[in-house]
Amino acid sequence: MADAAAITAGQVEHLAELARIAMTSEELEKTAGDLNEILANVARVAEVATDDVPATSHPIPLTNVLRDDVVGSPLTAEQALSGAPASEDGKFLVPQILGED
Amino acid sequence: MSQDLTRLTAAQLADGMRAGEYTSTDVTRAHLDRIEATDDVIGSFISVTPDVALATAADVDRRRAAGEDLHPFAGVPVSLKDVVVTAGIRTTAGSKMLEDWVPPYDATVYTKIKAAGLPVLGKTNMDEFAMGSTTEHSAFGPTRNPWDTTTVPGGSSGGAASSAAAFQAPLAVGTDTGGSVRQPAAFTGTVGVKPTYGSVSRYGIVAMASSLDQVGPLGRTVADAAALHQLMAGHDQRDSTSLSDGVPDFLAAVEAGARDGSLQGKRLGTIRELSADDYDEGVRAAFVSALELARKAGAEVVEVDMPSLRYALDAYYLIMPSEASSNLARYDGMRFGLRAEPETGPVTAETVMSTTRAAGFGAEVKRRILLGTYALSAGYYDAYYGSAQKVRTLVQRDLAAAFEKADVLVSPTAPTTALPFGVENDDDPMALYLGDAATIPANLAGIPGMSLPAGLANGMPVGFQLLAPAREDARLYEVGSAIEALVTDAAGAPLWAGVPTDYAAESATTSA
Repeated sequence: MADAAAITAGQVEHLAELARIAMTSEELEKTAGDLNEILANVARVAEVATDDVPATSHPIPLTNVLRDDVVGSPLTAEQALSGAPASEDGKFLVPQILGED
Repeated sequence: MSQDLTRLTAAQLADGMRAGEYTSTDVTRAHLDRIEATDDVIGSFISVTPDVALATAADVDRRRAAGEDLHPFAGVPVSLKDVVVTAGIRTTAGSKMLEDWVPPYDATVYTKIKAAGLPVLGKTNMDEFAMGSTTEHSAFGPTRNPWDTTTVPGGSSGGAASSAAAFQAPLAVGTDTGGSVRQPAAFTGTVGVKPTYGSVSRYGIVAMASSLDQVGPLGRTVADAAALHQLMAGHDQRDSTSLSDGVPDFLAAVEAGARDGSLQGKRLGTIRELSADDYDEGVRAAFVSALELARKAGAEVVEVDMPSLRYALDAYYLIMPSEASSNLARYDGMRFGLRAEPETGPVTAETVMSTTRAAGFGAEVKRRILLGTYALSAGYYDAYYGSAQKVRTLVQRDLAAAFEKADVLVSPTAPTTALPFGVENDDDPMALYLGDAATIPANLAGIPGMSLPAGLANGMPVGFQLLAPAREDARLYEVGSAIEALVTDAAGAPLWAGVPTDYAAESATTSA
């Protein structure tokens, strides 16, 4: 059972880290208030979601979808890189991955 | 030429071009001129693409002159919501994150529109990543409602709806995740359809909530919406959720509905839980009078129950942000779109990602990503996302039972007419969410829905919503065209013919 009581700004900070969004302390406070209000409403779903009700993940039931095993026409490397903020030698150029200096 | 080509429907334009009365270039130029003259005020478009549109028009004219066999709607211009990926044409999804993104590929919808020879006039404004119901959450400024420029056009497909209502485009492509085609159609006096989930390919549609998103047509008439839907529908190997069954004949359904007596014996179900108290008086009155016209024309009005309705909205506001938080993880500043570096501290992939997402996303998008991140996190998943998926089952069961008693379900599309700017208050996130109560169940259950004009309330359009069982989109077009004909006859003219067309004065409110 969810404890919807009071998400703190500290918890929002953790969520923002997980979601990779830098936020100011003001934004964290405001978002905590918003999330608490929204969750206070939407937590009602647990009232009717009893064990005997199966979950629906997808509106129209689907089984395995296969296509013919033929070569398609994917993007060229040049096309794939065309919107990249930075690229080099036909590859995406990214900042350093590890945090050490 | 005395005739104003922008006032004609898509069907009339297609006929006129076939008859040689005017060319696609004439038609396309007329709409580009109309955009030029009105879009400073209306703001339907993020990007206008005259070169692309006129090149298509010239090609269609040349092929028609050469006697080639063309698509019936070849040469009829269309606007695309800026969530449809278009190679060589900037695609922003209403976000700073994609402000300068020129995609290297085409959405299937755009491929089909090009193949049919429809000139694309431009890309229309929308709430950022389709999150919102007013189009105020666009990073590119607001869109105004041509019926009263102090009000919003609804959203998130607000630019699409205004482009059709303001005679800037006869046809408009939108997307509907919780009502984003139907509610703006209601606010602007146009016709908007959310097809059965999978009817139209989502390949190349910037994703918000993948199990809810669906592409939908807008136009000023039911027949025009049907024509655009027909053109876009069909299985696509690139979208494994697209339906593999054949596409029904929607235009034949429109014709069947327009025949006298087509409503005879049709059962229209009103939903008990969407009680009259939830609607503005004028909205209710317009809806009831349209329903009364249908009853007099032979339809049977029955009442159905939807006990899960109050939970449907809650489930939606868990499922949608959960799926959005996952979909929007791709905007990481590495492969496409914005990259922003931190002003201080180390420049690492992680700090660049966080800075990019802080700079590129607006407040509503951040709020939904964080809500979704929370709902999907360990310890909360079962209570929130898991429970919401169970509610989805309950909504489907309720609708299945309702469709035993009724052929289509009917309600007002939205509880109010178009709201003034600024009503969507950042301090009350739930208030505007509640406006989606009538439209959301269709997305949760994957069923098709339509909004068409019911009439006016205080001079502003009111939407009449129809819902049908999955894969029964044709039923919407049949019943919809019957109701459209009744409402038009009763009013003496189509509702859209009464929209103010001159927005030169800043005080356009008084011209209504």
